[in-house]
Amino acid sequence: MRVLMFGWELPPFNSGGLGEACYRLTKALVAKGVGITFVLPKRQDINLDFMNVIFADLPEVGEAYTICCESDTKGRKPVSMTDAAVMYAQKAILIATKYPHDVIHSHDWFTYPAGIAAKRVSGKPFIAHIHSSEYDRTGGNGANKQVWEFERMGLLEADRVIANSKYMKGIVVREYGVDPGKIDVVYNAVDRESVKPKGEVSLGLEKLKEIGYKIVLFLGRITLQKGPEYFLLAAKKVLEADSKFVFVVVGNGDMYEKMIMDSARFGIAKNVIFAGFLRGEQRNKVIDICDVYVMPSVSEPFGITALEAASLGKVVIISKQSGVSEVLKGALKVDFWDTDEMANKILASLRYKPLAGLISKIARSDVDRLTWEVSADKCINVYKSLES
Amino acid sequence: MGAICFYFQVHQPSRIKKYRVFDIGRDHVYFDDSSSDNTNNKEVFLKVSKKCYLPTNELILRLLQRYKGFKIAYSFSGIFLEQAEHYSAEVLDSFRKLIDTGRVELLSETYYHSLSFFYSKKEFEKQVDLHNDIINKLFGTNTQVFRNTELAYTNELAQWAENKGFKGILAEGWDPILGWRSPNYVYSPKGTKKIKLLLKNYKLSDDVAFRFSDRSWVEWPLTVQKYASWLSETEKDAQTINLFMDYETFGEHQWEDTGIFSFLNAFPQEVLKNKELYFATPDEVVTKFRSVGEVDVPNVLTWADTERDLSAWVGNDIQNSAIVTLYGLQDRIFETGDKEIISDWRKLTTSDHFYYMCTKWFNDGDVHQYFNPYDSPYDAYINFMNILSDLTLRLETTRGGENNARK
Repeated sequence: MRVLMFGWELPPFNSGGLGEACYRLTKALVAKGVGITFVLPKRQDINLDFMNVIFADLPEVGEAYTICCESDTKGRKPVSMTDAAVMYAQKAILIATKYPHDVIHSHDWFTYPAGIAAKRVSGKPFIAHIHSSEYDRTGGNGANKQVWEFERMGLLEADRVIANSKYMKGIVVREYGVDPGKIDVVYNAVDRESVKPKGEVSLGLEKLKEIGYKIVLFLGRITLQKGPEYFLLAAKKVLEADSKFVFVVVGNGDMYEKMIMDSARFGIAKNVIFAGFLRGEQRNKVIDICDVYVMPSVSEPFGITALEAASLGKVVIISKQSGVSEVLKGALKVDFWDTDEMANKILASLRYKPLAGLISKIARSDVDRLTWEVSADKCINVYKSLES
Repeated sequence: MGAICFYFQVHQPSRIKKYRVFDIGRDHVYFDDSSSDNTNNKEVFLKVSKKCYLPTNELILRLLQRYKGFKIAYSFSGIFLEQAEHYSAEVLDSFRKLIDTGRVELLSETYYHSLSFFYSKKEFEKQVDLHNDIINKLFGTNTQVFRNTELAYTNELAQWAENKGFKGILAEGWDPILGWRSPNYVYSPKGTKKIKLLLKNYKLSDDVAFRFSDRSWVEWPLTVQKYASWLSETEKDAQTINLFMDYETFGEHQWEDTGIFSFLNAFPQEVLKNKELYFATPDEVVTKFRSVGEVDVPNVLTWADTERDLSAWVGNDIQNSAIVTLYGLQDRIFETGDKEIISDWRKLTTSDHFYYMCTKWFNDGDVHQYFNPYDSPYDAYINFMNILSDLTLRLETTRGGENNARK
């Protein structure tokens, strides 16, 4: 089985979970005997021993998920994201001719035109894998029409669609009008070893813990989709009840400044730390040091960070509007807008000790079940279903 | 073949409302939820009354009038009767009409449907007394046979019941306890002299209570003819076939459209076609028959799940933490002498509160979750612990009957 895979990014040059998911999934697929040619839009210093990574050599483009307004697609940057996606498709024609394959597998909207173009050339089946949709990124309001159209076209043209949760599948059916019969759900997984902090990285938070502060973590892009404002509202309520809390916000995004202003406006600035974007060891360390991880996403197709935090034995509080809530039973769940309940659960999970113990015990068995091997097997089943 | 001994459990807990950390110290009303949530006890009570209690009572009354040999027994929790008094005089009256026929026996249990026997004998006895009082007050009758919450049973419980003068006690007819023996006989609990033990025939009981509407069951659909033929197939010299189940089986667990009411309607006639079968109440059975042998139950036996133990109520850490914290407050609760504090605490002893915190269903099906008014077992626990925190605060501000915390 030879797969021609179009991606957006791979670690360590990744801006979010997509690169990580592609890396882990391809590694597990290769271990099961699948041959993969992985295409990246831009040339980068990536050399993987398990698969052939090739580059489409597009000019400089922005980050994968930053598009929220017209200006991101028109002007400013040397090439707009949507133009780059079209260029990617033009390059894909040549690539598809040069690299023999049995199936084409594309990850998210930016790579769909490339996948479709490759299919036109080779006549091989095309799989549109969807990790995140414009609907999630914008909460359904002010979606970029071009991006939306690329997404829709890819999902409708695809022979099969892989969604990373039932929640995502629901959106694809409801918002994009895709036939539910051609969608398979393949959950993401977590590799505990890759999250466990190894080195002696210090973040300065240890001191706070020593003097009795509890640490509550937000980790994700600071954008509307991830619900950072609900995190701050809950923080305010928690601090009214108990001042021995520190709320750490890790990530960047277009709402970064607003969040800083809000924390001052709420009068909680001294208990909120904005740590910026962290990766690698620092990122793992901040998850490891927190007491509670909160994922208040407005719409979260999956939410792999919740799994990562759970794999480190953390109490995680996740919004019900997320894919990960389908598979993580060892977690507290809230509606993203219900900040009273979010605060209630933050306080209760630390006040009533046996709760944290039980949740992490149950989460452990959830995490054990969710392996990339299982995800790879499901993808292979999809490939096989298209062979005949 | 012998007696068909029916006993129906009638119970509704007083569910606690959504109660957050921020409510501690501010809101001392735990049970009277007027929202549209599933924790609105009045709404749930009226809903179940409409689907189950009223139509089933009406049918049972007709059957009692039509078949002079038809007899049944009920065990009401006090907390159910209390709610019936508050929410629906109609339901209470309809039960009275059944009891007035003289062919309905009432069983004894704890008022609060609690597991207090395993946590505080003193409180347990008090709750049995309270139950006795309300049965007397509402129905003017006494009880002879005891059944514990969730049919939770041990030798020790039987010995207690004997000392209290009960003639009989009920338990699950579980194979590992019985070995080669059949549940269709009267036994003696180990360590007792007079009291007799009636064992639930769980296969035949659960055929109706759990499997009646299960389309994947090979015996579906269960006709009354088929069921009566199974009853006729029991041992030739069997003394009693004990069919114990939740009363809510009729119309609530098995909805009307499953045909459960038609089944019940045709049941007495079909059974009585067989001259060797007749109906009898628990008291009649233990009075009539001698024990055929001794049954030894050193560890707790219940009627729940495949384990038949207390693991559905106190099987995980949060359940244990909740129940131990609750009973840990007992002495201080009674020291206050405050009626409302004592009553609130007692309502928290109801076993259902702990059942809602069960995490077993994460793996084995959703029987538990169907009855859970909370989003998750964790939510049930957080709610419960928040309320215990408030109750503890009230204790601190209340001394010797003076309740300063109350608004």
